[in-house]
Amino acid sequence: MDTVIQSRSRRVVIGGEQPFCIIGERINPTGRKSFQAQLQAGDLSQLEIDVSQQGAADVLDVNVGDPLADEIELMRQAIPLVQSLTDVPLCIDSSVIEALEAGLSVYEGKALVNSVTGEDARLEAILPIVARHGAAVIGLANAEDIPMQPERRLEVAKKVVSVAGDYGIPPEDVVIDPLAMPVGAEPRAVTLFIETVRLIRDELGVNMTCGASNTSFGLPGRHTLGAAFLAVAQSHGLTSAIMDARNTETVEAVRATDFLLGHDEWGARWIANHRAKQAAAQAS
Amino acid sequence: MTHDEILQGLYDNTLVGNAPEVKDLVNAGLEDGMDPEKMLYDALIPSLEEVGARFERGDYFVPEMLIAARAMQGALDILRPLLAETGAQQVGTFVMGTVKGDVHDIGKNLVNIMLEGAGFQVWDLGVNVAPETFVEKIKEHKPEIVGFSAFLTTTMPMFKANINALEKAGIRDQVIVMVGGAPVTQEYADAVGADGYAADASTAVRMAKDLIQKKRAAVPA
Repeated sequence: MDTVIQSRSRRVVIGGEQPFCIIGERINPTGRKSFQAQLQAGDLSQLEIDVSQQGAADVLDVNVGDPLADEIELMRQAIPLVQSLTDVPLCIDSSVIEALEAGLSVYEGKALVNSVTGEDARLEAILPIVARHGAAVIGLANAEDIPMQPERRLEVAKKVVSVAGDYGIPPEDVVIDPLAMPVGAEPRAVTLFIETVRLIRDELGVNMTCGASNTSFGLPGRHTLGAAFLAVAQSHGLTSAIMDARNTETVEAVRATDFLLGHDEWGARWIANHRAKQAAAQAS
Repeated sequence: MTHDEILQGLYDNTLVGNAPEVKDLVNAGLEDGMDPEKMLYDALIPSLEEVGARFERGDYFVPEMLIAARAMQGALDILRPLLAETGAQQVGTFVMGTVKGDVHDIGKNLVNIMLEGAGFQVWDLGVNVAPETFVEKIKEHKPEIVGFSAFLTTTMPMFKANINALEKAGIRDQVIVMVGGAPVTQEYADAVGADGYAADASTAVRMAKDLIQKKRAAVPA
């Protein structure tokens, strides 16, 4: 099953037979005090730096939420600004419904919306907007709580896909987030995640993404852990991740796994990337 | 084993999160007539405070803090009933929950564990807790502090909604309000009228103790 998202000039396909889709997570004020202060002042100049540092991403997530700022207006401005800086498609990220709507209404192309949960009220509020704009949507595998059994997460995922269908959104436009959680706080977090990925792949066949950086929260060697996590998750059916696209180690682990799993035939992309690095090293 | 060796053993084994050994040492100490309060205040609490300090410095990581706190909890399970008998003063009481619309609980759970480890009694209301539930549980348990946790910039406004609910119920003055969570800042905590904010679990414990001390000093019991 292929999920297509687009900007004005670029088309990205997420799918089980495609190279892994890297969604850059950087444009997000969580944990970034100076960016928060800028957003509160209506200043979006940081976006240019954030975009330029995420050249390895296939898609960029855009989250400008701050409770002391006018998120709706910021989203309305941030989307065209980011689209003027890069031609990669965007993932419009907010839990404020009006901000999602504002972002979608100014976006050129077919966006990915981040996100809806399995709660009835969220599904009823967000899915009509996604449908009206012909967008794709990330569906979180949680409702009022976060289930700790893979089967229960699968049930939530099924519900999201089914309700999306009621609003005319086809399964290929629903990307399920099986919920990556910190392994430092729960030793079973990743095995449970992998089991959920396999269940969703086998039973629903839809594409999946996750917040990959959650896994390494509170631990040393986060990039290495992230790289290993993504390689394992990818080999069990994860087709995308919202992740640190600025870090070479993590990005290269994803591209190496693409090659190893047969999603980069003859290693063309892997080798081209090597040449690009060589050229860059020579130029500097 | 001498009593000093037992105290040192409790300190060292709590520090590395060796729960079975901590439990054995507590039982050995009790059998030998040691004072539960002494084990708590001279070994267990200092050890967990050291864990918190190491975490704040970046020398300790989340799993190390969790297993240390778990070792401490195992000891407290044995000691708590005995401490109650001797009438040792409660460090403090806490009602805690993640705000409505938010299901993130790892940060909150860490704070709970550190609070319990420090000798607080904690009632955890879980995640997605509605303002009226906070009001109801505060009336029921009469805690000294209530903690609101939020992990999303978009659920942080529930802090204000919760505080408004406390005011409406006429119980705002009876309870200290602490807020926390990854996107929360001191500035935001001030803006919603919270009494305290801490950036991490061990700072939260220290702040909770300070706030309670101030309140107890201001209002003679």
